[in-house]
Amino acid sequence: MQLHPMPQFGSFMLLLGLALSVYTLLAGAFALWRFKTTNADDGSGRLGETARRAGIASFIALTGAAFALVWAAFTNDYSVSYILHHTNRALNPAYKFAALWSGQEGSLLLWAWLLTAYGFVLRLRHRVDVRLSAFASTILAGITVFFLLLLNFAAPPFAIQPGPLAADGFGLNPLLQYPEMVMHPPLLYLGYVGFSVPFAFALGALMMRYPGEKWIHITRRWTMVTWLFLTLGIFMGAHWAYSVLGWGGYWGWDPVENASLMPWLTGTAFLHSVMMQEKRGMMKSWNVWLIFSTFMLTILGTLLTRSGIVSSVHAFAQSDIGNWFYGFIIIVFAICLFTFFKQKDHLKSENKLESLVSRESSFLFNNLVLLAACFTVLWGTLFPILSEYVQGSKVTMGAPFYNRVNIPVGLFLLFLTGIGPLLAWRSTSLRSLRRNFILPSIAMAVAFVGLIIAGVRPWSAGDAMEATIFSLITFSLAAGVITAIAAEFLRGAFVVRTQTHKNLFASTVLLVRRNTRRYGGYLVHFGIVVLFIGIAGGAFNQSHEQEMGYGDSVTMGPYKLVCQSFTQESKPNYDTEYALLDVYRYGKKITQLAPEKRFYLASQTSSTMVALHSTLASDLYVIYEGKNPETDRPIIKVFLNPLMNWIWIGVAIVVFGTLLALVPSLTKNPRTRASLEPPLAETEVHHVA
Amino acid sequence: MLLKRWAQGLAVCLLAVAMLGAGDSGARFSRIGHQMVCACGCGQILLECNHVSCPSSGPMIDELHAQLASGSSDTMIFNAFAAKYGATVLAAPIRGGFDNVAWIAPFTVFLLATLGTGTLIYFWKRRSLMNPPPASATGLSSADNEAMRERIRRETEY
Repeated sequence: MQLHPMPQFGSFMLLLGLALSVYTLLAGAFALWRFKTTNADDGSGRLGETARRAGIASFIALTGAAFALVWAAFTNDYSVSYILHHTNRALNPAYKFAALWSGQEGSLLLWAWLLTAYGFVLRLRHRVDVRLSAFASTILAGITVFFLLLLNFAAPPFAIQPGPLAADGFGLNPLLQYPEMVMHPPLLYLGYVGFSVPFAFALGALMMRYPGEKWIHITRRWTMVTWLFLTLGIFMGAHWAYSVLGWGGYWGWDPVENASLMPWLTGTAFLHSVMMQEKRGMMKSWNVWLIFSTFMLTILGTLLTRSGIVSSVHAFAQSDIGNWFYGFIIIVFAICLFTFFKQKDHLKSENKLESLVSRESSFLFNNLVLLAACFTVLWGTLFPILSEYVQGSKVTMGAPFYNRVNIPVGLFLLFLTGIGPLLAWRSTSLRSLRRNFILPSIAMAVAFVGLIIAGVRPWSAGDAMEATIFSLITFSLAAGVITAIAAEFLRGAFVVRTQTHKNLFASTVLLVRRNTRRYGGYLVHFGIVVLFIGIAGGAFNQSHEQEMGYGDSVTMGPYKLVCQSFTQESKPNYDTEYALLDVYRYGKKITQLAPEKRFYLASQTSSTMVALHSTLASDLYVIYEGKNPETDRPIIKVFLNPLMNWIWIGVAIVVFGTLLALVPSLTKNPRTRASLEPPLAETEVHHVA
Repeated sequence: MLLKRWAQGLAVCLLAVAMLGAGDSGARFSRIGHQMVCACGCGQILLECNHVSCPSSGPMIDELHAQLASGSSDTMIFNAFAAKYGATVLAAPIRGGFDNVAWIAPFTVFLLATLGTGTLIYFWKRRSLMNPPPASATGLSSADNEAMRERIRRETEY
C-alpha cells in the first residue's frame, strides 16, 4: 500500500480540527450553562477557558490542513483527487495557490479555515467582554463543526485518487486563470464568513440578555471590515467577469452573483439601522433579525452555489451536498427563532419618532429600499424553481427582469444616499432643510438641463429611451448628492478654519480626523454615487462585430482600429491566437491592442483574453472571437463602454471611506472631548439656532 | 376649451414619444434580440453571445430576422421561440399567466413594505407626541445634565 504523507497529514488535521471544535462547542456551552444556573464560578470558568484555547488550537489545525492542500498543489501530488482535477504541472504557481478555492472541497476548506481565523482573533480579544466573547466563541464553534463535518465526511479535500498515479493533472478551469481570481474568491469568502462574527455576537447577546448596546460597539468594526471584504469581493468578481468573460458587461444577474449581493444588501441595511439602536435604543428586534438574515443568506448563497438547484454559469462547484446546507439553515433558523421568542422581552425598544423629516425615518426608508432590492434579487433567483413547480417549466430571470425592477429601487436609494446624512436626529427644522437642500437642488436642476443640452435626450434615443431616462435621472441625482456631500465637508471645514486659522485643506483634514466615522461615511456615500454614475453610463454602450484581415479597419466613437497582423503561438500551458490592432484617436495613434483567444491544453477548453484601452470617459473593449473557418480571418468584436472606470473608481472611494471610518477619531478620550466642548446650554443654543 | 386643446396636445406628444422608434426595424431587432438568451447554454443574451461557431446563436438570429420580415408581432415572435426552444429562451418571464407573478410580486412587496413603514412612522410619531421629552435642560441635576450631554453627543455624532 502506497503512503501519502501530506494528504494523510491534511486529513488528520481536519479530524483534529473537528475534535477541537466539538470540544469548544460542548465545553463552552456547558461552562456557560453552569455559570448561568449556579451564577458562580465553580470551575466553569476554567472549563470555558479550555474551550477558548481549543478554539484557538482549531485554527492551527485548519491552517495545517490548508497548508497540506497547497503543498500538494505545488508538489504536483496527483494522488490527491482534488489536486489531479484542479491543477497541472505547467500551471502558473500563483494559480496553483488559487487551486485551494477552485473546487468544491478546497473552497469549503478555505471557508472553514477563515472561520477559525476569525474565531482565533475573537478568542484572543476575549477580554473586551469575557462572557459575551465566550457566547460568540461557542456559537462560532457550532458553525465550524458544521463545515468540518462536511470536510471530513461529505467533501473531503484529501481523498485519494484510485488507480495508478497520473503523470499530469487535468488543469485549472481557464476562466479562473486570471490575476483577479487569486484575490476575488478569498475576499468574497472573507466577507461571507465574516458575517458569522456579528451573527455570533448578536445571537450570544440575545441568549445572555446582554444589557445595553455595548455588543453593537464591539461588533461594529467586525461588521464594517466584513462588509468591506464582501464589497471588494463582489466588485473584484465584477471586474473579473468584465475582463475575462468577454461579453462586454460586468454583472449578468447569475444566481451565484445574486447570492453574493443579497447578504451585501442586508448587511448594508444592518450597518445603517444599527445606528438607530446605538443612538436611540430603537429597532432592537429588527436589527437582530437583520444580522440573522444576513448570516442565513450567506449560507443560502453557498447552498445555491453548491447544490445545483438553480442553473448557473458558475457550475464549477456544484454537487449533492445541498442537503447538508438545507439541514444547517433549518437548524440555524430554528435556534434564532427559539432564542428570539424566549428573550423577546429583552428586545423591547423605545420606538418613537419626533418627526417624519429626521435621520431615523431616512434610515427606515433606507432599510425598506435595501430589503426591497434584496427581496427582488431573491425572488428573481428562486422564481425559476417556483415556475417549474407551478407551470412545469423553468423560466429565465435575466437582466431585463432585474433591470426593470431594480433600477427604480436603486434610484430611490441614490436619492436617500444624498438626503439621509443631511437630516438631523429626532427632527430637522425647516431652516436647516432650506440651508442644506438649496444648493443640491440647484445642482440637480443645472445638471438636468445641462445634460439635455449636451445631448442626453430620451425622446430622441429611440429604442434606448427608457435607459436614457434612467441615466438622465441618475446623473442629475448624482450631481445633487455630490453637491450635498461637498457642502457638508466645506461647511465643517470653514468652521474649523475659523477656530484654528489653518488653511482650508488642513482644516478639512482636521475635520475628518475629528470625526472619521461621520466623514468616512460621507466618502462611502460619495463612492456609491460615483459607482451609480458608472452604471448609468451603460445606457450609452455601443458595439460592433467585424471580420478583420490585414489593414482592415473599424471605427467606434472617436477611435479607429486598424488590423496590423494576426498570428498564433504555443506556450507551455496553452496555445494562443491573437490579433494586433493599432488604435487611432482623431487620426493619432495612441496604443496597440492585442485581443487574444487561448486554448488550454490540460483542460481542452478555450478562454478569451480581452484587450482594453481604458480612460475616464470610456473603455475601448476588444475581443478576439475566433477565426472564420471559411476565410481564416479573425472576427473582432469592439465595444465602447462609456464611464466604465467610474465604477472601479467608485469602489476605490468606498473602500477608502470605509477604512477611514474604521480609524479612531482624534478626540476619542471623553475627558479631552469634554474639555473641548462648550457648556451644555451653549450647545443647546447652537442646536436651536 | 383651452384645457381640452392642451389635453389633446399632450396626448399627441405622449403618443409621439411612445411611438418613437416603433417603425425602425433595426431597433426592433435589437430590442427583441436583447429579450432572449442564446440556447447554447452560455446564458448570454442572444445578441451578445460571442462564441464563434456557436451552434445556436447564428440560426436563432436568422430566425429572428425571418420572423421580423414576415411581419409577426413581438408576442408572436416570443411565442414561436418559446415553443421551439423552451420558455428559458426568453430572458424574462413575459408569456403572461403565472409569469406575471414574477413582475407583480416585487412591486406588491415594495408597496406593502412602504405602507408598513408609513404606518410604523405614524404610530411612532403618535407615541412620541403622547410622551413628549422634557422641554428644557435647565434645572437638571448634574447627573441628568451629564446624561443629557451624553445623549446629545450620541445623537449628533453621526
